[in-house]
Amino acid sequence: MLLYGARRIAWIATTLVVLSVLIFAITQMLPGSVAQIIAGQFASPDSVAAIAAKLGLNDPYYVQYWRWASAVLHGDFGRSLIMERPIGPVLWEALANSAALAGVAFIVVVIVGIGLGVVAAIRAGGALDHAVSLFTFLGVSVPEFFWGIVLILVFSRWLGWLPSGGLADPDSGLAAHAAHVVLPAATLAFALIAHVSRMTRSSMLGVLRSQYVRNARAKGLPERVVIFRHALRNALLPTITILALDVGWLIGGVVVAETVFAYPGLGRALIFSIERHDLPMIQASILVIAAIYCAANLAADLLYAFFNPRIRYG
Amino acid sequence: MADAATIAARPQRRRFRLPPTLLVGLSLTGAVLALAALAPLIAPYPYDEISVLARLKPPSAAHWLGTDDFGRDVLSRTLMGARLSLFMGFGATAICLGVGVPLGLLAGYLRGRTDEFIMRAMDVLMSFPPILLGLLILAVTPPSLWKAMAAVGIVYVPAIVRLARSATLEIAQEEFILAARARGDGTAYILFAEILPNAWPPLAVEAGLRVTFAILLGAALSFLGIGAQPPSSDWGLMISDARPFLEPAPWIALAPGIAMSITVIGINLLGDGLRQILDPELRTGRTG
Repeated sequence: MLLYGARRIAWIATTLVVLSVLIFAITQMLPGSVAQIIAGQFASPDSVAAIAAKLGLNDPYYVQYWRWASAVLHGDFGRSLIMERPIGPVLWEALANSAALAGVAFIVVVIVGIGLGVVAAIRAGGALDHAVSLFTFLGVSVPEFFWGIVLILVFSRWLGWLPSGGLADPDSGLAAHAAHVVLPAATLAFALIAHVSRMTRSSMLGVLRSQYVRNARAKGLPERVVIFRHALRNALLPTITILALDVGWLIGGVVVAETVFAYPGLGRALIFSIERHDLPMIQASILVIAAIYCAANLAADLLYAFFNPRIRYG
Repeated sequence: MADAATIAARPQRRRFRLPPTLLVGLSLTGAVLALAALAPLIAPYPYDEISVLARLKPPSAAHWLGTDDFGRDVLSRTLMGARLSLFMGFGATAICLGVGVPLGLLAGYLRGRTDEFIMRAMDVLMSFPPILLGLLILAVTPPSLWKAMAAVGIVYVPAIVRLARSATLEIAQEEFILAARARGDGTAYILFAEILPNAWPPLAVEAGLRVTFAILLGAALSFLGIGAQPPSSDWGLMISDARPFLEPAPWIALAPGIAMSITVIGINLLGDGLRQILDPELRTGRTG
């Protein structure tokens, strides 16, 4: 297990290094030099050259990359060109907001997704199963940004129950904070619930047909014990992998949901910086998001190995 | 036991019936395709015709789905948007097949270092969340529908490479490949004339899935402002532009959103139906 973990961590570290080179290389292709952006459209060539020299933009690319990468390793992401502030604090605040949103959505997905999948599998072929499969079908077919807009229209504009976006005032109560998270989290969760419940249903069905579940029933164990102690435990293994994959979807969804609901998180910061060609901010936010994604994959690999000994010694 | 015997003895009169999902999927997809193809003929107005007097008008006889904030006819825009959406779906899928299939064939056939290099590169691509890879590609250049399509295509390359590779690994062991090698056929010939024709069924199913993913991801990129640009009537862009007018004119957002959902539902049902027909044979053939 330790060796396996070490190998996975080494692989993730290598991947992150390659990713950082890739991010750096691609962002260098941005049209218009950074110096020009800082100096403004009508600056004289001399002042542009001076800024370029000050920022070290004339150095070879590998020197520039090394300067950027080693600063990042020291926790220094540079300064935002547009906000003219250090990126680090901005990024961490946005990250905290996104984490709250994604965390709530993820918990909802795990509980509702697995729950619906189990119910559908137990009642396979029944009305409840059909209802769940209709719901999941809508979940994978309706684009999440449209789903978010429908939620705003119904719950915010027409019913007036919930705010349509933004964050609550920092000093308002917990209820106000929660109210601002409900719609974006519901938007995020919808498609993923569909995905997770489909997977749980099919793996649960497979397990329910297995020999040892029949044995457990034949022993006269109560159905509750058979379902939860025998079937669900084994059915959850593929679901864990799916949940890890879904972290990637969740991150993509966060970008979309934050844009729909004007929620001040990492995704919105990224889109904002892309719109304004804020190079250091683009680099930093993409790197942080990629790192989170890698960490989630690592966690999933380790969890999977923990539950499935065959992998550990592979 | 008696049950099994009677079932086995009963003459097989079961007629081959198309699954209902396939029929519904076919008709929905067919309808969307037809509307998209005929859009320039049946759209009542040009999709970008601005009319200051007809701003934000609710659905009426003159404008079946109302007008947007520029007075443009929402029905015409939605119809023309279908073309862009399908274009995105099929174009991006074509790109990811065009790039992914040759790489997968090469990796699976040559093995060794080539395989290692290609697959590690794919692992790196896959370590980006899909939308982020698209964003990274689009972040650095002025946005356009074409670039969004290329980005979406690249995002889905690793899945295709993996699939093509695993199919190739299996087929490369077959005798007729050995025979082709012994004949002295070139690698390119073996890959595309001998292996590919035998590897396509799983690739076709996967490509079908990718079409809907590509439509959804492409629309999301346009929605985020880094895909199609105004005055294009891309559905994602239309929904994004409609946001300030949700309260007074919800139809501007609802029309393209519902059209898009119907399109994706149709293609998904079609795919499900096809798999119901194809899969039982495939499954029993493989694992049985």
